[in-house]
Amino acid sequence: MDSTITEYDTIAAISTPPGEGAISIVRLSGESALETAQKVFKGKDLSQVPSHTINYGHIIDPDSQQVVDEVMVSVMRKPKTYTREDLVEINCHGGIVATNRVLQLVLGAGARMAEPGEFTKRAFLNGRIDLTQAESVMDLIRAKTDRAMQVAVDQLDGDLHHLITALRQEILEVLAQVEVNIDYPEYDTDEMTTRLLKEKAALVLGRIDELLATARSGKVLRDGLATAIVGRPNVGKSSLLNHMLREEKAIVTDVPGTTRDVLEEYVNVQGVPLKLVDTAGIRDTEDKVEKIGVQRSREAITKADLVLLVLDTSTPLTAEDLGLIQATAAKKRIVILNKQDLPDALTATALPDVPAEEVIATSMRTQQGMDALADKIVHLFMQGIDNSQSQVMVTNARQIGLLQQAKTSLQSVLAGIEAGMPIDLVQIDMTAAWDKLGEITGDAAPDELITQLFSQFCLGK
Amino acid sequence: MPEIHEYEATQYDVIVVGAGHAGCEAALAAARMGEKTLLITISLEMLAFMPCNPSVGGPAKGVVVREIDALGGQMGKNIDATYIQMRMLNTGKGPAVRALRAQADKAAYHRTMKQTIEQTPGLDLRQGLVERLLVEDGVCVGVVAATGARYRAKSVVLTAGTSSRGKIIIGELMYSSGPNNSLPSIRLSEDLEAQGFALRRFKTGTPPRVEGGTIDFSKTEEQPGDKAPHAFSFTTPDSVYLKDQLSCWMTYTNETTHKIIRANLDRAPMFSGVIKGVGPRYCPSIEDKVVRFADKPRHQLFLEPEGRDTSEYYVGDFSTSMPEEIQLKMLHSVAGLEHAELMRPGYAIEYDVIEPWQLTHTLETKVVKNLFTAGQMNGTSGYEEAAGQGLIAGINAALRAQGKAGFTLQRSDAYIGVMIDDLVTKGTNEPYRLLTSRAEYRLILRHDNADLRLTEKGRALGLIDDDRFAAFEAKKHAISAELARLETVRLRPRDVNDWLAEKGAAPLKDGVLASDFLKRPEVSYADLMQFTPAPTPLDHLIAEQVEIELKYAGYIAKERQSIERLQRMEGKQIPARIDYSAINGLATEARQKLTKIQPETLAQASRISGVNPADVAILSVYVTQGKIAKVKPA
Repeated sequence: MDSTITEYDTIAAISTPPGEGAISIVRLSGESALETAQKVFKGKDLSQVPSHTINYGHIIDPDSQQVVDEVMVSVMRKPKTYTREDLVEINCHGGIVATNRVLQLVLGAGARMAEPGEFTKRAFLNGRIDLTQAESVMDLIRAKTDRAMQVAVDQLDGDLHHLITALRQEILEVLAQVEVNIDYPEYDTDEMTTRLLKEKAALVLGRIDELLATARSGKVLRDGLATAIVGRPNVGKSSLLNHMLREEKAIVTDVPGTTRDVLEEYVNVQGVPLKLVDTAGIRDTEDKVEKIGVQRSREAITKADLVLLVLDTSTPLTAEDLGLIQATAAKKRIVILNKQDLPDALTATALPDVPAEEVIATSMRTQQGMDALADKIVHLFMQGIDNSQSQVMVTNARQIGLLQQAKTSLQSVLAGIEAGMPIDLVQIDMTAAWDKLGEITGDAAPDELITQLFSQFCLGK
Repeated sequence: MPEIHEYEATQYDVIVVGAGHAGCEAALAAARMGEKTLLITISLEMLAFMPCNPSVGGPAKGVVVREIDALGGQMGKNIDATYIQMRMLNTGKGPAVRALRAQADKAAYHRTMKQTIEQTPGLDLRQGLVERLLVEDGVCVGVVAATGARYRAKSVVLTAGTSSRGKIIIGELMYSSGPNNSLPSIRLSEDLEAQGFALRRFKTGTPPRVEGGTIDFSKTEEQPGDKAPHAFSFTTPDSVYLKDQLSCWMTYTNETTHKIIRANLDRAPMFSGVIKGVGPRYCPSIEDKVVRFADKPRHQLFLEPEGRDTSEYYVGDFSTSMPEEIQLKMLHSVAGLEHAELMRPGYAIEYDVIEPWQLTHTLETKVVKNLFTAGQMNGTSGYEEAAGQGLIAGINAALRAQGKAGFTLQRSDAYIGVMIDDLVTKGTNEPYRLLTSRAEYRLILRHDNADLRLTEKGRALGLIDDDRFAAFEAKKHAISAELARLETVRLRPRDVNDWLAEKGAAPLKDGVLASDFLKRPEVSYADLMQFTPAPTPLDHLIAEQVEIELKYAGYIAKERQSIERLQRMEGKQIPARIDYSAINGLATEARQKLTKIQPETLAQASRISGVNPADVAILSVYVTQGKIAKVKPA
């Protein structure tokens, strides 16, 4: 409905850089900042605490009442805040996974994911920032917002997109049926009854619950992100693995080939859990014939959600390299140009069909680029990575927040029907659920409902 | 041909061209606001004429009639004086979508409106064909009629309807004509193009009329009017409700009808490529329905009397531009119409409209100052949509003549506001009809509260007289007094539990406020009165308001909240001469659309398709800066 009117929403985002710092902060700004935070906070009544105080408590999942993190919550009331709006900062201690979960809960409680630069924009709009800074604020918005929106849509997994679109269509047909009964009361079209509406709402609610369940108990959070390190022999896979395992001294020797029987190992990169696929294979193949190495790499790739493809920049690309680049093209992937400390025989631009943002230059020996690699992994995780091999699932905080809000609206639909409300009022909440799902897929078209109305029904004089 | 000698005719404050439903409202409003007004139209016989269906109101449209009434317009009063049947629709649904609809006596509707106009002081009515505008330095200063009369005025309202280069099509027959074989207006369209207006072709149609004495009504279903009194206008008392109403009748097409249509599609102008204008999806011809919904075995038809003193019946939902020969076969295949005599064939009509994004919310054109347009020529369809725009255009033409600021309605004020904002912000690709689903806040924009929403605005414009305003204030006071009373009275379990048990409803455990008790689905306001009667029984319209406000309080509060946010965005004005090419960072498409539409507020800008949130954000920063916003030199 008025989803384009975003000036006065309460917005939220993780405002600390991703990483395994001691504390990450989830920040909320807007007129319902306190109210929204309170919905997921167990501790003092935030509406009663004095302004500019820090309050100890816990973030809880309002559905399950489970504690998600132990936090300190700063409450700052307008106007003496950065945005000149009510501002709440939740200081989380539980690492990136917990912080991400806190953000999801806050979004589910009604906040909207802040767009890049939006806190600054509000500070400006509310007169906090000097006029001379205006142009740069506009540049910031331009540069980041479109791209962020694109990313949000791009990262939507095909299956998830399909599912949400199908759910929206289910709702849309119901809405059109209600509308036709209202606008064309004498027509012999079937009457949409509250019973039918209830069935539909319950059906869609069930599907959303399933999706949210994948988010909460999601494989990624439970098992870690299945990650394969691939590459032909001697490019630095073992060094990378060992760097991640922090077992450098114990394993890397000049003499190749300690075989382990372990097939999976777990590491934690700045709080992001990774499940490394076929680590034995990595060690096995380093000095076996290349064919076997490549074959084993391909198997690892199919099992992985994230592929770290290691190339050796000191030698030109081989047919095996090219084969691996192709084999990983459809995957979430980071292409690591290793051995930057040696003379360069390969540049990122020479890589066929590899987008520049997928490439990281490193040297395992000098540790160059290792932080950037970690950041990249965290970044990919924050965007959400799908496990499309098993089932449709959501991992992205924005999507989860919107699904939560759609769920709340559908619950209101059921409550309204229970309370005997007329169908056209119940529909207000049904429409809200439809709008929220549309924000996930980003394809709300103008006059969608009216178009549906006239294609679904034969109407008119 | 000898040349026409132009002469200086009477000077006016406001001139309204065209006396259809838009023109009549515009002229009456301007005259009632004290402006010396001319209403000039091609044929006085066509004044407030209904060239299509003989009815007023229905979902969304009925709300518009009440809104017009609350703003001091005429349509509600005129239909209340001339209807032959009245029905409340959607009574089984919620309050937001209930709708009143009347069948009109066409001749009486025309006659009564004509009398009202003739008797209005300061309003001259004249037959004449306006051929061009008088424009000086981009400002409209009058019009020139075919007779050579030059009428000067401070502002001009055009309501040309479907007359603009109108063309009637019946099968292979095609001729230049306005609605119902009236004279078309050719030159005015040419002049508008010369002034720089973008025009486009739309198409609409009307079904055949048959002779009532030849209809076999026994094969049709009767649809009588309501017994309980209703009226459109605030000023119409229940006591004058019409007892002796005429019925409508329902019948259906069948496979034979559809076969006839399918066999003759090559002669249907809609399909043979003869018709180029865009027709409305919601008002398709019967041939269109049969093609698009091929699996539907039958389509409903409504036989509606056109008045008391005529035996013409309108065959509703049977709009067609098939050749007359085929129309006859189609009609005779329908139950009840086997022997029906055709009185007027159905026809399609193509006509010029001006692209409505060339207008502001006051309905003044951006192309020529002091020129306003309203009604079907702005791309809408429907008498009510036309009248609503006519009223707004007339009010603004008068305000302009008085040198005062314009009057606009927002999307949260009225369906009229929704319609005008849609038109000027999005334009329209087909004749635009109001639907309840176009309104974001339909629970707030109800027909029953149109008076409460808009009477004060009408009063401020000088369109609501003292007596009516006093009655309005009394009603408003009675509502708030009763609301306040119910929010203090407590009901105890022993007062109501027997009654609840009888109803099979859950008993009360603790006392509740009467206002909360009313929120229970099984309790109506009338029920509540047996436990806590009002000091004096309330009028049913007042009781209705109290009941709606309390019963649906949760939903109403939600909509009010989102309206508040909208209004803050609506409050952010964009300077009129803003130079979008000077704003860094706007996407190209957004820049083009913004330059074309010239939105008046940030909220409007956000509703333009192709203007994405990033563009709105940039614009918001830019507009907020104020000091550095660059504007084009005047």
